[in-house]
Amino acid sequence: MHDLLSGLFSYPFIQRALIAGTLVALCSALLGVSLVLKRYSMIGDGLSHVGFGAMAVAMALGAAPLAVALPVVILAAFFLLRLSRGSHLAGDSAIALVSSGALAIGVVATSLSSGSNVDVMNYLFGSILTMTAADVKLAVLLSLAVLLLFLLLYHRIFAVTFDETFARATGIRANLYNMVLALLTAVTIVIGMRLMGTLLISSLIIFPALSAMRISRSFLGVTIGAAVLSVVCFWVGVLASFLLSTPTGASVVLVDLAVFLLLSLYGLLRRHK
Amino acid sequence: MTLIQCCDLSLGYEGKCVLSHLELSVQEGDYLAIVGENGAGKSTLLKGILGLIRPTGGHIHFHLPPSQVGYLPQQTPIQRDFPASVMEVVLSGLLAAKGYAPFYTRADRETALSKLRLLGAEDLANRCYRELSGGQQQRVLLARALCAAGRLLLMDEPFTGLDPTVTNELYEVVDQLNHEQGVTVIMVTHDVPEALRHASRILHLGAEHFDGTAEEYRQSPLYRRLMGGDCHA
Repeated sequence: MHDLLSGLFSYPFIQRALIAGTLVALCSALLGVSLVLKRYSMIGDGLSHVGFGAMAVAMALGAAPLAVALPVVILAAFFLLRLSRGSHLAGDSAIALVSSGALAIGVVATSLSSGSNVDVMNYLFGSILTMTAADVKLAVLLSLAVLLLFLLLYHRIFAVTFDETFARATGIRANLYNMVLALLTAVTIVIGMRLMGTLLISSLIIFPALSAMRISRSFLGVTIGAAVLSVVCFWVGVLASFLLSTPTGASVVLVDLAVFLLLSLYGLLRRHK
Repeated sequence: MTLIQCCDLSLGYEGKCVLSHLELSVQEGDYLAIVGENGAGKSTLLKGILGLIRPTGGHIHFHLPPSQVGYLPQQTPIQRDFPASVMEVVLSGLLAAKGYAPFYTRADRETALSKLRLLGAEDLANRCYRELSGGQQQRVLLARALCAAGRLLLMDEPFTGLDPTVTNELYEVVDQLNHEQGVTVIMVTHDVPEALRHASRILHLGAEHFDGTAEEYRQSPLYRRLMGGDCHA
């Protein structure tokens, strides 16, 4: 086991993936609690597709992918937030529309520019090989900013998640904090996409929160639980993917899924005892 | 002192007018009950006063910072399976008054506990909100509203569906707050006898608006019609 771990850490690309991945797993789990409870899970999915579209177009035009994707996804986050607050049906289908539209744009842009499907696969399902040292530096800086803002605004995020009407009525700027939440989510998704893949990054937001909700009964408990579960599942997933030569993103998601199923079962058993 | 002044106020949703040309002024210390038929715009008026919806006509002058206002809304579906401890919920009532301070202090916790104690719910502090009974949840939300209500408390159908003993107990706390600490109370209710028992002033919304003391309301033709000619409430 020791040899295995030291073997794992001797690869610089795995070190990079672990550092960036741990931070992304942490950020997405923290934000995920609020997004899941606010019924905003689909926004994360939509944003990752927009991110894919933006990156593909940027690469086709020879621009820096992250520099283009970040502002585009942030704008899309504000837009989707506005949509989802309108009438529910329209908001739901509008998110699906934006999401599949952006995905299609991305796929066509990639095939037109390079003619190869390998890049598409990398972005859709993630690849730890694509993380450069500069990517990791950016990922670390951004996720530290997300963590700091989350910590400082934690109680306000709770207030607008639990009861937005009350928060608004008592003079808390609910719209502002909703936008901060959307902004942080956008940033987290863009930095996590490279690693986890467009199609899988939203699971990093949803699974840990849902799992933690099975076992904890306070918001703080769910938040801490989601953070711990997310990081542990990420490490186990990376380790498994290294051992079994399976894709990293998908392996992490499978570990998350297994934990969710186990904890759901535990929750059910406890309730029926 | 006038806290709220509505001038020629009209409110509505998506072009549909729910309430029109209302004149209302609420003085500090008032205990105002808003009654009227379903769809007369009771809850809408409350939302208008709280600034949750914008007037379609006229003005609302609000002479109070929002951080002095407590609100007891109707429960939302999201809250039913929300993982939160009672303490977390009650503390959130203090948040608006804290300005930019990011965390709660020991004094904040004491305040939250004292409000729970006032409502006889101190032992609930560490319980999970979603596992409480309807009456207990309402106590918790009232404690949160009290945390926020420095000078004004607004309640939307506050104690519907609770058993009479609990309802009376909770009303007692609100009445006390109004009589002893001079907190202004505005509540929406469909229960007219209940309103007359507690409020000092009645606003009846409908085809014709009535605004006057509870006693005046009891004498009004509107009330007699509502009670089917039988007026011994």
